Amino acid sequence: MEVAKLTDVTRIYKVGQVETRALNGINLTIESGEFTSLVGPSGSGKTTLLQLIGCLDQPTSGSVVINGKETTGLNRNQRADLRKGTIGFVFQFFALIPTLTAYENVEMPLLLNGKSAAERRKRVMELLEAVGMADRANNRPDQLSGGQQQRVAVARALATNPKLILADEPTANLDTENGEQVMEIMKKLNKETGATFVFATHDPRVIKYANRVVTLQDGLILKDSQANGKQRGDQ
Amino acid sequence: MINYFKLAYRNLGRHRRRSFLSGLALALGTALLMFIAAFFQGEMRSAMESTLRLNSGHLQVRDADYDPDKLSVAWEYLIENPSHIAAQIQTLDVVQTATPRLFASGIVSARDESVGVQIIGIDPASPANDPYRTLTAGEFLTADDRDGILIGYPLAQSLGLGVGDTLTLLVNTADGSVDQQPFTVRGIFTTGTTAYDKGIVFLPLAKAQAFSGAGDRASIIFVLLKDREQAEAVAAAISSPNYQVKTWRELNQLLVLVNDFSDAYLVVINFIILGVTVTVIVNTLLMSVFERTREIGILSAIGMKGRQIVTLFLTEAFLLAVGGVTAGTLIGWAASAYFGKVGIYFGDLGLSAEMLLEDRIYTYLTLESAINLIITAFVITLLASLYPAQMAARMEPVEALHGK
Ligand SMILES: Nc1ncnc2c1ncn2[C@@H]1O[C@H](COP(=O)(O)OP(=O)(O)O)[C@@H](O)[C@H]1O
Ligand SMILES: [Mg+2]
Repeated sequence: MEVAKLTDVTRIYKVGQVETRALNGINLTIESGEFTSLVGPSGSGKTTLLQLIGCLDQPTSGSVVINGKETTGLNRNQRADLRKGTIGFVFQFFALIPTLTAYENVEMPLLLNGKSAAERRKRVMELLEAVGMADRANNRPDQLSGGQQQRVAVARALATNPKLILADEPTANLDTENGEQVMEIMKKLNKETGATFVFATHDPRVIKYANRVVTLQDGLILKDSQANGKQRGDQ
Repeated sequence: MINYFKLAYRNLGRHRRRSFLSGLALALGTALLMFIAAFFQGEMRSAMESTLRLNSGHLQVRDADYDPDKLSVAWEYLIENPSHIAAQIQTLDVVQTATPRLFASGIVSARDESVGVQIIGIDPASPANDPYRTLTAGEFLTADDRDGILIGYPLAQSLGLGVGDTLTLLVNTADGSVDQQPFTVRGIFTTGTTAYDKGIVFLPLAKAQAFSGAGDRASIIFVLLKDREQAEAVAAAISSPNYQVKTWRELNQLLVLVNDFSDAYLVVINFIILGVTVTVIVNTLLMSVFERTREIGILSAIGMKGRQIVTLFLTEAFLLAVGGVTAGTLIGWAASAYFGKVGIYFGDLGLSAEMLLEDRIYTYLTLESAINLIITAFVITLLASLYPAQMAARMEPVEALHGK
């Protein structure tokens, strides 16, 4: 099943008189259960692409279909609604809410989805368990290391059982050990839950976890290969 | 349900000092509002009471030809057989007291100094004279006193007169000439209103009538009602072609005008103070919106809607408002209560008899105006906070996430 389908997507940033063509006509389909890595040099459009898939942003032209639903033309609130049940995010910086404990950070998307207190408690503990952070549930982000924060962020991204988890350079600010740990956790969750992961990275140690690698350059897909070496035919 | 209060409380706790200071600004603003309101109300209430009780009464019955500016005791200006009329008015249910008074102009001389005064002949027994019964020395007049006089404290001071001293009083008589006679100071009164006390002397009505040649006549029947709002009704009930009946509103047009005007004036002051205060609050919230740009982006990314983000920031404003307005109310109320007891000394403001003010102004805060102010401060704070809150909600998640 297609979780995301992008057709002829462009994204042009306009800052004053300067136009930057961040994406130049992208066609990309993400299937359910994929563990896909977007690679490419800095400035090649990885973040922009993730933001479009994640409905954080809208394309200048082209269409983005998420879970069978056309997203272009949705208003801000409709996009927020789509995100909250369908898409989880892990950011490069450790994007936890500083005033909330690890527990409360993971709980937030469940609150936004109107889950009952009992459901929330069960789900949060289950997830903190899965990322190995159950014993730090009541710590605030500033009491956690970068790796720990990122693991909590992964737990939060998964809280509502989203179809699609998008991670933008999730290991960029982590040392090798913590980076691998976070990747292991994501891989494990991918296998156990069947959730789809798409992550942007240019870290070769991370790319090795992927079963599909999409290479971007200058806003175009340069190469799209399965981990088994086979080129995908739809590009 | 998202516990907005928990979130808001923690967010305010991130910058304790800043939150405290903006709460304090709101508290001081609210306190100032209350105090100013209490001051104005106290001032107006005092002016109204002093003027009505000391000077105009609630109703005055006068001869149809009476001219208050002349202070003349020429017979054509006066009411005949005034005690009888006063007694008749007194029988009305809503009338507290009705008493004849005679006004004449005169000059008090003692040693080498002379001061122009208004002579008022009063029925010493009438409760309408209660405001003059506070004496710094001596005794009040009695009806049959033939050479006693009651003078005000400031006049006694300026002429160096004490109880038992003799002064010479000159009066403009009914036939247009003058007469003079020595009087003995029986007592020295104070009403706490220097403007009034320095220019008035009292004689028993009978003596004043004889001395000025007015006979059994009076300038006015001074009427106090149980409820001053009944003045128009009573005036209509006792009207007659032989008399003019004036209500306190007609007698104190300036004061009534100033009173109405002071309400409008107060509203303007309120909005100025609130404007300043609210600017501080809005500024605090704007700062926190800018600081938390990225956090707003994260919340938005995980599905928080604009409305919920607005609620989050409004809840912060609400908590600030609860803290600030509560503290401000306590401070303002305490200050108003204190100065309502002790008063604030202004001395003789030199106002005319048209608007008498006590030398001390006692602040006076009505529950109604306190509640109005609390609600106004609250509502305005929340309304003003809508702007930063909306701004947070309108941020595009992408831009918010980029924001450092
Ligand atoms: N908000 C923005 N405004 C203007 N230009 C932008 C913005 N975001 C990205 N760009 C530009 O778009 C291009 C692609 O950026 P990005 O998607 O961040 O690439 P990557 O994540 O691969 O480094 C770059 O040239 C970048 O400068
Ligand atoms: Mg990037």
